[in-house]
Amino acid sequence: MEPAPLNISAYVVLSAILFAMGALGVLIRRNAILVFMSVELMLNAANLALIAFARFYNQMDGQILVFFVMTVAAAEVAVGLALIVVIFRTRRSINIDELSRLKD
Amino acid sequence: MGLETFLFIIVGAVAVAAAAGMLFSKSGIHSALFLVLNLACVAVFYLMLSAPFMAMVQITVYAGAIMVLFLFVIMLLGSERIDLGLTDRRLGFQTPAAFALAVLFIVVVAAAVLTGQIPAPQPVNDVQATTHGGPGEVGAVLYTRYLLPFEMVAVLLLAATIGAVVLARDVIPTKRSQRAQMGRIRELRQMITTIETEAASAPGADGEGAEEEAAAPAPAAPAGE
Repeated sequence: MEPAPLNISAYVVLSAILFAMGALGVLIRRNAILVFMSVELMLNAANLALIAFARFYNQMDGQILVFFVMTVAAAEVAVGLALIVVIFRTRRSINIDELSRLKD
Repeated sequence: MGLETFLFIIVGAVAVAAAAGMLFSKSGIHSALFLVLNLACVAVFYLMLSAPFMAMVQITVYAGAIMVLFLFVIMLLGSERIDLGLTDRRLGFQTPAAFALAVLFIVVVAAAVLTGQIPAPQPVNDVQATTHGGPGEVGAVLYTRYLLPFEMVAVLLLAATIGAVVLARDVIPTKRSQRAQMGRIRELRQMITTIETEAASAPGADGEGAEEEAAAPAPAAPAGE
C-alpha cells in the first residue's frame, strides 16, 4: 500500500529543466513578449522548487515566498507590458534586436 | 511504481512539452496558450506537494489574470504572427551557445542533486502534509510573521498599477496644459516681433543705435499681442 515516496530531487531536477528552458527562451527568441513569457516560465520553475522544499522540509516559509513571487510577477507583468505597448507605439516594432538606440 | 511517481512522470512530461511548445511555436497566441498549459501542470504539482492554496492562486492569478494580460497585449499589438527570428539575426551565434548552456545547467543541477548536495529532508508523515498548505495555514503565517512584507506588497501593487496606467495612457490635452501651451506660443510670438523690430532698426544704426534698440523692443512687445 505504501509506495516509496517521491524524492525531492525529482522535483528539483524538473524545476531545473523548466528553468533552463525559460533561460533558453530569453536567449533565442527575439520578440519582447516572448522573452517576457520565458521570464515567467523561469519564475514558475523557481516557485516549483520552493514549494517542493517547503513540502519536504515541512516549513511554510517556502509557500509564503511563492506567494510574494507571484505578486511581484503580477506587478512586473503589468509594468512590463505597458512598456512594451509604449515601445511598440513609438518604434512600430518589439523585436529586441532593433531596440538598440541606447548604444548610440 | 506508486501512483505519485506515475502522476509525476505524466504531468512532468506534459509540462516540459508545453514549455518546448512555447519556445518554438511560430504564433504568439499559441506560445501564450502553451504557457497556460505549463502553468496548469505546475499547479498540479503544487497539489501533489500539499500546497492546495498555492495551486488555486497559481490558476487564478498566473494562468488566469497574467496570461489574459499577455494575450490581450499580443492581440492589441497585432503581433500574432511572430517570426522565430532565425533569419537575419545579428547575434546568430547565440542560438547554439544558448542550447549548450541550457543543457549544461541541467546537467550541473542534476549532478548536484544526485551526488547528494541537498541535505536529506525530515520525513514528513501524511497527516502533517495534508494540513500543511491550506488557506488557514498560509494565512496564519502570512498575517503574523510576514505581515510587514505583506503590506509592502500592497504598496508595490499600487505603484505598479499607477505606473502601468501612466505608461500606457494616451496623452490627452487637458485645459491646463492647453493654457500653458497657448502661453508659450504667445511668448514665442512676442519674441519673434522683438527680433523683427530689432532687425528692422539694425541697418544704419551703429554704436549709439544699440541703446535705442535696447529701449525699442519694450514698447513693441505689447503691440505683438
